Amino acid sequence: MNNEEEKTLKNNAFKVWAVFATSIGLVMLGILLVKIGMDGMHRLSLQFFTSLPSRRAEDAGIFTAWVGTLWIMGTTALIAIPIGIGAGIYLEEYSKKGWWSNFLEINISNLAGVPSIIYGLLGLEVFVRLLHMGESILAGSFTLALLILPIVIVSTRESIKAVPKTLREASYALGASKWQTISMQVLPAASGGVMTGIILALSRAIGETAPLIVVGALTYVPFTPKSVFDSFTVLPIQIFNWVSRPQAEFLVNAAAGIIVLVVITIVMNGSAVLLRNRWQKNVKW
Amino acid sequence: MAEKCEVVSQTGMEIAIIEKKMETRIEKQHRIIGAEFMPDENLSTKGNVMNKIETKNVQCWYGDFHVLRDVSISVEPNTVTALIGPSGCGKSTYLRVFNRMNDLIDGFKLEGDVLIDGKDIYDKNIRVNELRKNVGMVFQKPNPFPKSIFENVAYGLRVNGVTDKKLIADTVERSLKQAAVWNEVKDNLHKNALGLSGGQQQRLCIARAIAVQPSVILMDEATSALDPISTGKIEDLIADLKKDYTILIVTHNMQQALRVSDKTAFFFLGDMIEYNDTKEIFNNPQHEHTRNYVGGRFG
Amino acid sequence: MEMNTKEKIIEGLLFACAAICVLTTLGIVAVLVIQSVQFFSEVPLKDFLTDTQWTPLFADKHFGILPLLSGTFLTTIIAITIALPIGLTTAIYLSEYASNTFRSTVKPVLEILAAIPTVVYGYFALTVVTPFLQIIFPSLSGFNAISPGIVMGLMIVPLISSLSEDALYAVPKSLREGSYALGSTKLQTAFRVLIPAASSGIIVSVILAVSRALGETMIVAIAAGQQPRLTFDPRVPIETVTTYIVQVSGGDVPHGSLEYKTIFSAGLSLFVITLILNNISFFIKKKYREQYE
Repeated sequence: MNNEEEKTLKNNAFKVWAVFATSIGLVMLGILLVKIGMDGMHRLSLQFFTSLPSRRAEDAGIFTAWVGTLWIMGTTALIAIPIGIGAGIYLEEYSKKGWWSNFLEINISNLAGVPSIIYGLLGLEVFVRLLHMGESILAGSFTLALLILPIVIVSTRESIKAVPKTLREASYALGASKWQTISMQVLPAASGGVMTGIILALSRAIGETAPLIVVGALTYVPFTPKSVFDSFTVLPIQIFNWVSRPQAEFLVNAAAGIIVLVVITIVMNGSAVLLRNRWQKNVKW
Repeated sequence: MAEKCEVVSQTGMEIAIIEKKMETRIEKQHRIIGAEFMPDENLSTKGNVMNKIETKNVQCWYGDFHVLRDVSISVEPNTVTALIGPSGCGKSTYLRVFNRMNDLIDGFKLEGDVLIDGKDIYDKNIRVNELRKNVGMVFQKPNPFPKSIFENVAYGLRVNGVTDKKLIADTVERSLKQAAVWNEVKDNLHKNALGLSGGQQQRLCIARAIAVQPSVILMDEATSALDPISTGKIEDLIADLKKDYTILIVTHNMQQALRVSDKTAFFFLGDMIEYNDTKEIFNNPQHEHTRNYVGGRFG
Repeated sequence: MEMNTKEKIIEGLLFACAAICVLTTLGIVAVLVIQSVQFFSEVPLKDFLTDTQWTPLFADKHFGILPLLSGTFLTTIIAITIALPIGLTTAIYLSEYASNTFRSTVKPVLEILAAIPTVVYGYFALTVVTPFLQIIFPSLSGFNAISPGIVMGLMIVPLISSLSEDALYAVPKSLREGSYALGSTKLQTAFRVLIPAASSGIIVSVILAVSRALGETMIVAIAAGQQPRLTFDPRVPIETVTTYIVQVSGGDVPHGSLEYKTIFSAGLSLFVITLILNNISFFIKKKYREQYE
């Protein structure tokens, strides 16, 4: 075999391996979807959505879990969105180049890389104990809000950065103040990207399990929360709870819960991708 | 000017001596890698074998955009041919026809015959990689790989299966000498090539191209990113390389075409308007567009 | 004047938002350090670092972090062994070989792969991958390091592939052309020119993936077991740092007890390791950005 043939052969062999490598993740996703569909689809019924947790697998449902998830997501969004956007605006529009902005930058990059369970330890000591929130929705939401803050900040900054200077200049030239320019021109122009970031951040929060276990959400909660000071459980924790039990019937419940969780995740991520594509298409700077 | 010529002829002598010394090694190299450079013997031969390069009614498209219409040219071996014309006239596309670089662009389509040594290089039995070894290319902006100077020149040998260390080292040295950059880099062969000046980088890229022993060299505005002194060095080099290679250059610089080329082809809006001896094109253009262009009336 | 005051107040509020990030970091460090200091006043640091057993919840208490670290590193090594070749190959394929339509279909699906909650992957490791591996290796325990390691590896493939693809994409086109013009194949161009040129970006992606795998919790908590064990045998149950924290948090350990403090000392170990990795990647990224601009 001469060198040319060998080169071509290697290139083609690599292509075969590459198609395999690229598709293996997709294959896993396929198997995963089929598996949870087969295991849990028949368990999905109105009863499953409206029942409280129970010792008997066939009576148990995810009522407290999805209500808890709604509470947690709502509260987390209320905390994380304004702070995240505010911090993003500050970093992109106000902070001057120098040690302070460098420090903030390293800081955010580090926060993005801190394992989520460490946020749980922070929440446990600061929100649950120090600020006496107890094992409440509020404590859980603050914990998750801090966890997703870096995602919101980074996407806000990226979207603001994409707004052209000419738009700002046009606004200043009409006598607008800095904040008027930002709130009336820059933010609306960046809104598509900011929204995408928020959806992705919340989709991350909805699946987070470990930090909420650490702040004490892995408890038997036989009622739905009435306020942010009540204790709670969420969908992924209910799933973890069922997966951890030895009886096979509970695995069926876990699979059914997983279907709900996966559908929510795919819908949220799908809409984020669509939103991003539409935003990028409509806005040609 | 006279001084410069002397320097060049000295360098030329030097190269001649070195080449003599290396003759045996080069022969050996031909046996190892040279054999593969020859196009497949089984391919049918069309056209005049006396011509190194020949195109017949070449048409090119990018998607629906018709970039080249009906270009027919023949190029004799060991000559320099300049392709000139205003931006967007198709001259770069035409240059890239000869090493099939256009194939990398989605939607590219070619009709007509492109012959090198009488063989159709768009024949389905042609291996593109093999063709590209035989047809070297130097680009508009120097594009050394982010590797050492030595590894840049050795790259073409390595990807073509040469493993003999001695042969690689000899070829690197010979190529750098032939590209007139050896004296400037010989003490820093293992330093990163990105540390060289633009002119040195471009001569390194020429060394990289000739290391794999092509028979044709394509230069796509190879001096447009360089200062006048570096440009002068490369023009001298082109004149020098002519005895071993057939060279095609694309240039925006009329004076350069006049200085270095034997023949010139003038392109305008996808048509080849005029092709003749360089002197004729500049002194006695037949076509009005050519007259306007070489006269500097548009550009 | 009034306008100016308003502007100042707004700037102050925005500053406060940014300052929350700094407070968060300070909070994490403070919480971990304060609890750990109390922990180390009762357990000598030497025992923590050298004892080969971790049994804080048993009557015979040992506080050696090594078994938890070995479990963490074992699952991480397995995950990276899977994710690096697959992720890098995917990146090369998507950036150099694949058609635009293929790329724009596959990339969002890969993003979804990375977005699925890890508790789901834990279920997948436990109920699909482990039983499958048990067919091939009958001696495999129901809880083990290999199955969650593999699933974690596939989960972090998108992390490596998307960052590496960006790095490959940023390599100037002229280098590709230069390489093709010398007769190289796409494969040779990718491995000899593009990967070396994009190496810093690829290294960053791998460091981030390692850091992610070290901190991953639910997959290992569900499928790797809860038995701290100083071993690199992937077939037996182990326990990672993260699983231990989950295990204690889910139980009834009284606040202020030594057992309670163990989760902070374990957390501090994990935090320090990931902090170092994240900072290395941050500085490589910064240097590499300057190189290209």
